[in-house]
Amino acid sequence: MTKEHPILETKDLTIRFGGHVAVDHVSCAFDRGTLTAIVGPNGAGKTTYFNLMSGQLNATNGTVLLNGENITRMSVPERTDKGIGRAFQLTNLFPTLTVRENVRLVAQAKARQGFDLFSIAESHIELIERADHVLNEVRLIDQADQTVSALPHGDQRKLEVAMLIALGPQVLMFDEPTAGMSVDEVPIILELIGKLKADMDRTILLVEHKMDVIRSLADRIIVLHNGALVADGDPAEVIALPVVQEAYLGKTPEAA
Amino acid sequence: MLIKLLSGDTPRSGLLAVLLLVILISLAFAPFLFPGTRSLETAAKICIFIVLVASYDLLLGYAGIVSFAHTMFFGIGAYGTALALSTTGPTYGSMIWGTAAGAIVAAVFALAIGLFSLRVKAIFFAMVTLAVASAFAVLVSQLSWLTGGEDGLNYSIPREFKPAFKLVDEKIFDVRINGKLLLYYLVFFASLILFLTMLRIVNSPFGRTLKAVRDNAFRAEAIGYRVVWYRTTATVLSAVMAALAGSLLAIWLRYTGPATTLSMEIMIDILLMVVIGGMGTLYGAVIGATIFILAQTYLQNLMGVAAQATSALPLVSTLVAPERWLLWLGVLFILSVYFFPSGIVGRLRAGRT
Repeated sequence: MTKEHPILETKDLTIRFGGHVAVDHVSCAFDRGTLTAIVGPNGAGKTTYFNLMSGQLNATNGTVLLNGENITRMSVPERTDKGIGRAFQLTNLFPTLTVRENVRLVAQAKARQGFDLFSIAESHIELIERADHVLNEVRLIDQADQTVSALPHGDQRKLEVAMLIALGPQVLMFDEPTAGMSVDEVPIILELIGKLKADMDRTILLVEHKMDVIRSLADRIIVLHNGALVADGDPAEVIALPVVQEAYLGKTPEAA
Repeated sequence: MLIKLLSGDTPRSGLLAVLLLVILISLAFAPFLFPGTRSLETAAKICIFIVLVASYDLLLGYAGIVSFAHTMFFGIGAYGTALALSTTGPTYGSMIWGTAAGAIVAAVFALAIGLFSLRVKAIFFAMVTLAVASAFAVLVSQLSWLTGGEDGLNYSIPREFKPAFKLVDEKIFDVRINGKLLLYYLVFFASLILFLTMLRIVNSPFGRTLKAVRDNAFRAEAIGYRVVWYRTTATVLSAVMAALAGSLLAIWLRYTGPATTLSMEIMIDILLMVVIGGMGTLYGAVIGATIFILAQTYLQNLMGVAAQATSALPLVSTLVAPERWLLWLGVLFILSVYFFPSGIVGRLRAGRT
């Protein structure tokens, strides 16, 4: 935990699926309190890179370090305990439970009360209050009692973000948080992410396609292409690079 | 106070509340309301099966785990108590140590099966439980020097629980206060306490987490829950509850054999009771077990009456002949699953039609 360690670091991180190298020797360090945007065309390995760091996939080669500690072989919940939190690109919630219960479960996990067998869950008011507080922040409080499966897509995306905020980890990984949201909802989420960044210790990794979002939020951009890290640096410089222009102008004309 | 006893999990449907209350009162006063040996046997069976079915619902409805070993745990509890009573004599001590031993053995078995197979796909767990349960049933029927084989075990229970024992000489409401009645109340209150305990467990933070694991294990891991441990704990708890239900049955029947505890038929009955009552609502176990056992016990009589009444009509009287009762039981279940896919409780809670 010495000062010189970056909070999160990958060294030669690689994963192969058969002959296909989805993430190819990516070495990168993320500093405390920064927001790094990860960009690249579809299929570049951005989500796979996230999965390797948060533990949903195990690396073929290379290491993941959190505060200098090797977490490469740790399970997902162990990494979550250590301080890595993740929001998913494809909405990944508890569909038969209510919106409030989804967030409450996160607060409960954080309070490590999951193995409490004999108290009544509803009696832990502080967890419910915590859930409501976060739901209020993402403007979902009015839908708190609805079942998640009945929620419109945009609200499910907001809930996805709410759950990560409720977890409040050291490292927050957002995978296209605003995809599928309506135009008026996007600023709410972006403002929240901005607030999290301003909040001293939070380190944020953000996969995002919208260039205007990246410009306004990111301290740094890294570019993945065919699984390899091809560019890394200051947003303005990286966006100007030919490889980025090509990838983005080719894929998403409305951006850049 | 009452809500606390129910762990805040109220029936949330007027009709359901009435139904549950009727069942509770009927069971609580069964010896007085429905005098007769057969009805008391049925009432005791309903009490025991409510616990058994609720413990299965804990696994299937809350944790989303399909197991075919539930009757094995039921049997372990029953045989534990039966062996204790037949080896160390008909004392309270035997009852207690036999029940405790049964519960512990069930817990160890469940832990082993859980840790061994809950990491992998759900279908694999179901297969493992099926294999282990079948092997266990064969083992019990082969070890006849210990278990009595297919004949099972007959044994005695403490004399205060036998019909010959009289607590008071006078009859109360025309009912003799004998050992059988005391034993019924032991079964009733033990079942009630076990049921309320399970109701507490499913409404605890642990129970809520089980639902999350059932809904989306992948996400549950990502927010920090160790899914395998939750599933394993649910398996162990459910096994212990089933074993305790088995012990109650062993004490009640004074007989334990493969047919009353281990058969696949009982396993399927349990499954049906959970589905008919409504998965993931412990109250479903109450409704499911009650309806199923009542139908099992009395449908034949009812059809006998119907057959007599319709004896003039050739086809109809053949159809409702008492020996066809299984057919009609089957039809009832198909209809109930068709019309109440979320079970009776699910339907009642959802409101009209």
